[in-house]
Amino acid sequence: MKPRLGVYKFTSCDGCQLALLNQGADLLALLDRVELVHFPEAGPSAPEAAVDLALIEGSISTPEEAERIRGIRARAGHLVALGACATAGGIQALRNATEAGSAWRAALYPQPEFIATAERSLPVSALVPVDLELFGCPVDGRQLMAALNTVLAGGRYRPSGDSVCGECKQAGHACVLVSRGEPCLGPVTRAGCGALCPGQGRGCYGCFGPSAQANLASLKAVFAGLGLSDAEIGRRFAFITAEAFRALEQKHG
Amino acid sequence: MTHALFLPHARLDDLIRQVQSAGYRVIGPKLEAGVIHYAELNVAAELPWGWQAEQTPGRYRLHRSQQTLAFAWAAPAQGLKPWFFAPVEPLWRLRRTPDGFGLEPCLPDAKPIAVLGARACDLAAVARQDRILEHDPHYQARRQDALFIALHCTHPAASCFCTSAGTGPRASRFDLGLTELDTGFVLEVGSPRGGKLIEPLALAGATADQIQAAQTAVAAAAAQQTRRLPAGDLAGRLAACIDHPRWDAVAQRCLACGNCTQACPTCFCHARRETASADGQSAEHSRHWDSCFGELHGHLAGFQVRPQTAQRYRQWLTHKLGNWWAQFGASGCVGCGRCLTWCPAGIDLTEEVAAVLGEAPCGR
Ligand code: SF4
Ligand code: SF4
Ligand code: SF4
Repeated sequence: MKPRLGVYKFTSCDGCQLALLNQGADLLALLDRVELVHFPEAGPSAPEAAVDLALIEGSISTPEEAERIRGIRARAGHLVALGACATAGGIQALRNATEAGSAWRAALYPQPEFIATAERSLPVSALVPVDLELFGCPVDGRQLMAALNTVLAGGRYRPSGDSVCGECKQAGHACVLVSRGEPCLGPVTRAGCGALCPGQGRGCYGCFGPSAQANLASLKAVFAGLGLSDAEIGRRFAFITAEAFRALEQKHG
Repeated sequence: MTHALFLPHARLDDLIRQVQSAGYRVIGPKLEAGVIHYAELNVAAELPWGWQAEQTPGRYRLHRSQQTLAFAWAAPAQGLKPWFFAPVEPLWRLRRTPDGFGLEPCLPDAKPIAVLGARACDLAAVARQDRILEHDPHYQARRQDALFIALHCTHPAASCFCTSAGTGPRASRFDLGLTELDTGFVLEVGSPRGGKLIEPLALAGATADQIQAAQTAVAAAAAQQTRRLPAGDLAGRLAACIDHPRWDAVAQRCLACGNCTQACPTCFCHARRETASADGQSAEHSRHWDSCFGELHGHLAGFQVRPQTAQRYRQWLTHKLGNWWAQFGASGCVGCGRCLTWCPAGIDLTEEVAAVLGEAPCGR
């Protein structure tokens, strides 16, 4: 019997699901090996069905979503969290740093009492055990396929904890931080994208979240040396994976 | 410098054509994306004429210069390492067969390269990697027929210390050796193969003045360097400093990003990974550069032996300048200065080793 695959969306932009849909021939080969049970963006919908492999896109940011992820976890064999939202709460987790009671809700919506939003946007792992996290906004298509193919072959996939700089040098890119003074987050950001942004001549903005050995204080000092103000430096980190960088900062005091 | 010839700037293209017609891909310095790096080159006009490179810890900038020389700058952004020891490459493929699996080797099948303008530091680094990767078929497939047109360095950067590393600024092993003067190059033949290559160019001999000017320029390049490394095998002295507080101090700044190791032309650590195909019928076993600053490098037998950045920096420095000697009979440092320049935090190996050994930092 083919393994049963479900792809579930939570609070997210659908970009990670598109990364999967963009895999072309590899996606077709994958679909030959699995039974696609639930993937509304591609057609099949069976939200209550049991699956062997569940791919979760999006953060958990409403009470309803918290219930739904628990149900999926209970019915799934292997559960994979996809992308910055599912692994770090995503860009929408910027609200986590705002005051409880949330004045922003009243500022944005005429009738905020109808908005059933949790105070915080959370990664999947904050609610249920996760078997594998794939980072990035969106996930890297090649890494996603490598991970799925490994899991389907019975292996264990472990994403690198090294920084983007290794991939950047391996790709032969000119370092934008050293050669142009661009405030690149590559030295503290987890590898996996193949140094996409430096390859386009711009600084990494940290969408894979912190690397295992991230030294934020040192990189901030480097940015200050480039002439960035504290506020500008803060904004570099307050982005797609802001919560992950903030958690790291709190851990290191 | 016996039998030196003179190659006018205007005839550099003749040399390039000669090398190409002998069957080589010519690799030379090129300005791309704001840095000078080794790239495939077809004509002399692609060289970085009239550019100079400022290199200090954590900083690299190009500037126009008054002179229109092709090589008035020092080490290119990356050495020759990626041309022979590929950053990422497949080693073999496994494919399912009716009775098990088959193994397909993936040897590179590339035209030999000729490096135009190879620096002394980079050639010394190639010689060191030659010993380490002597029996590596993938390295040897790219390396064995390579031809080197060396460039004796006349424009060191502030980051350079090849003089104290004993590798430059004059290259010692090459097929052809160039020293750039205002209007062209003093050219030396370093191998029979190099001699045969330039025979058809019928170049005139260099004059005594030209030879003198070339020697003076290279000697000046040596004298200009202010950074230095303590000489010889430092293993014993470094081992005595294993608990030095400097390791923790440098770890405050070190990003553990591994740029130093990736830019170092002698670093050879690598890791391997398997990638299963989407149809489940094959798998590729590939190799990629690794770094002692990375997560898996110190992950042995199920646990991390170097969890802290201080331990990783110490591993990098003590291996490079110390334990390399016992392993390979030489230092792991050729003095190219890349680990200083390309360190985003601007950490300077020469300064760190001086601090650990309690030596006065070099005269800067
Ligand atoms: S461009 Fe960014 S990611 Fe690349 S080496 Fe420089 S700092 Fe690292
Ligand atoms: S240790 Fe630094 S200076 Fe020495 S060869 Fe490596 S990159 Fe060059
Ligand atoms: S010494 Fe510099 S380049 Fe090397 S790992 Fe530390 S911060 Fe990165």
